[in-house]
Amino acid sequence: MTPATDPATSATKPPPARETVYLDHAATTPVRPEAVAAMAAHLHRVGNPSSLHASGRWARRVVEESREAIAGAVGCRPGEVVFTSGGTESDNLAVKGSFWSRRDADPRRTRVLTSAVEHHAVLDAVHWLAEREGADVELLPVDRHGRLDVSALRESVERDPDTVALVTLMWANNEVGTLQPIDEVVAIAHEHGIPVHTDAVQAVGAVPVDFAASGVDALTLTGHKLGGPYGVGALVVRREVSLTPLIHGGGQERDIRSGTLATPAIAGLAAAVELAVEQQAEHAAALEALRGDLVAGVRHAVPDAVVNGHPVHRLPGNAHLRFPGCEGDSLLMLLDARGIECSTGSACSAGVPQASHVLLAMGCTDTEARSSLRFSLGRTSTAADVAALVEAIGPAVERARAAKAP
Amino acid sequence: MTGSLRVVAAMSGGVDSAVAAARAVEAGHDVTGVHLALSRNPASYRSGARGCCTIEDSNDARRAADVIGIPFYVWDLSDRFHTDVVEDFMDEYAAGRTPNPCLRCNEKIKFAAVLDRALALGFDAVATGHYATLRPGPAGDGLVELHRAADAGKDQSYVLGVLDQQQLRHSIFPLGDTPKSEVRREAAERGLLVADKPDSHDICFVADGDNAGWLKEKLGERAPNTGGEIVDDATGEVLGRHDGTVGFTIGQRKGLRIGRPAADGRPRFVLDIEPVSGAVRVGPRERLAVDGLTGIRPRWCGAAPSQPLHGTVQLRAHGDEHRAVVRVVPDPDGPDGPGSLGERVDVELLDPAFGIAPGQAVVVYDGTRVVGSATISTTRSATRRADQGVRA
Repeated sequence: MTPATDPATSATKPPPARETVYLDHAATTPVRPEAVAAMAAHLHRVGNPSSLHASGRWARRVVEESREAIAGAVGCRPGEVVFTSGGTESDNLAVKGSFWSRRDADPRRTRVLTSAVEHHAVLDAVHWLAEREGADVELLPVDRHGRLDVSALRESVERDPDTVALVTLMWANNEVGTLQPIDEVVAIAHEHGIPVHTDAVQAVGAVPVDFAASGVDALTLTGHKLGGPYGVGALVVRREVSLTPLIHGGGQERDIRSGTLATPAIAGLAAAVELAVEQQAEHAAALEALRGDLVAGVRHAVPDAVVNGHPVHRLPGNAHLRFPGCEGDSLLMLLDARGIECSTGSACSAGVPQASHVLLAMGCTDTEARSSLRFSLGRTSTAADVAALVEAIGPAVERARAAKAP
Repeated sequence: MTGSLRVVAAMSGGVDSAVAAARAVEAGHDVTGVHLALSRNPASYRSGARGCCTIEDSNDARRAADVIGIPFYVWDLSDRFHTDVVEDFMDEYAAGRTPNPCLRCNEKIKFAAVLDRALALGFDAVATGHYATLRPGPAGDGLVELHRAADAGKDQSYVLGVLDQQQLRHSIFPLGDTPKSEVRREAAERGLLVADKPDSHDICFVADGDNAGWLKEKLGERAPNTGGEIVDDATGEVLGRHDGTVGFTIGQRKGLRIGRPAADGRPRFVLDIEPVSGAVRVGPRERLAVDGLTGIRPRWCGAAPSQPLHGTVQLRAHGDEHRAVVRVVPDPDGPDGPGSLGERVDVELLDPAFGIAPGQAVVVYDGTRVVGSATISTTRSATRRADQGVRA
């Protein structure tokens, strides 16, 4: 019974690399070769963009050209791009920075209006403001597709507009892919001079995003969701908006954000943003077609699978499905064993799966929320990826159903 | 079990389960590492004596799986654990008994909820880092026997005495033939960073090892700690007062806070706890001697003994072996209450045992073989006048 052991052969090796069917592009997506090339071109050169000599000027030039490229791609002025370490930092800076600044200007402004389906980078930031800074946070409801109830926002704003510090609402939901009515939200908020921040991490490159045309006051984007490097992102913020900084130091980014600028990462980010925006329409059409095949194929194999999220207003590459009678964790593991990678879309602390707050806010029961999986397609996705999933999903669901605790 | 199996290796984040998983891989099995999330609100880091439900433990297990080169997942069994183990632990204490949550966890979680899920997901077996051995039975009919580990100092067959044949047939204990020191050395050789991690000794869900404090806090509502009298068992004299029975265990000597010493100057021990009246009866050590006991809810690793068994029993983890005669008798108060059919075990102890509390498990051995186990409901003492009846 007890397996024999030969400690002499116990040298540990990393697991062999394997080809996987990667259907988790919303978590992170492969870096574009052009972004790798842009980074590589700058990695070996010395130069702090804040230095005054030739090397510093060269680095500064790379940063500023990157800033201009991003501005051109997302429809803002170069001076409105504040480089950060990524989406979470940008969200924290926008939410906390504008709360502090707006409340300092008028102490009545303590309300923060947001939706119940935000990413944790926003939700946890606003909860922190509530606990530590006395903010009154209102998590506005969404409909069963995860789209904001605009009338609830209007009612909340108009109840006492002078007390609202800011509205923050994601452009596109990272779990179910639902797009939010940003234009309506901006119209309501701006009637009362209230600034609007949007987390557009999932949206840039997937759907048309134009900062100026949208009217938002601040917008979060990040590199690794659109084919750029990890660890770099931006908060696009209108010049007129005052933000209290989170990180103090050299004041490199308009005194809003300090820290030596990561020249190679910024160059990679710019290359990726430019390409993502340039190819957006074509990319979206391709993903839309693949996603249609995926949903149809999966539902053919599992007829009672339910599609979560908005049928029309959604990201082109997101397929979020509920498999009644399954635990998403079991399904994920069974698919992973077949080399198919997806996500339960749920927050993990200690890897302990929690029912998704997004699905709960959409009216799902705890059990329903735990029986869902997110498949997200991206630039490198192929028909073969979809075919592999369609082939594997039926038996996996059958097995996961058997494993579900009574 | 032989041949290449699909195995779930339960990985706590400790050294034993990490080496067990590595050995299962080397035995040719297709192994998946699984860390069981048992706490609803895991602490970030271990505090004091270690538990096994912290985020750090989960990370340690993950890193061990990386080094071994196996897939790794966290299974959330916190609800089941809370209901089946933590609640039961509190209920038992509230009723004045002294439960062993590790046996309960093995019976209800590791070799039940986890095993069931694993089997349903297409796995064949669960491997753990317990120190115990499995051997084919003598009949060659596929039955397996559970035996003590080779390292007597680490033997954990006691906490596995609740497993039945079905559970044992789907279990793998790769460490049973190895001393602990060798397991640590092997872990270091394998590059497992947990090689020097301290052993766990405490109840995992009581973070700082302070059982009495934990119980006092948690039991608040279900067992009102109104306190009671500390009574001399022989004379009935009231020696003092305490502020709740929960902190007391039969056999306990320290912390009684009796102002006056005994007349003969000898130490006094807790002999009995009466949860209803709140009385704690104390007396000299010899009055703790138990020469017989009754166990309910028996669980047999194989067939129940049909004849009186002249073997040994163990009454607590890492406790002594006592020679005993074990008889299976009908239980008029069966598993479904009075009148339902059931069995219980009557244990005649040939070597007296001290400080035995209802709620503890009696595990029956025939040589090194684990026969089965039962939960102690009553004990008999030649040196005390009356039986200590079931306390409800």
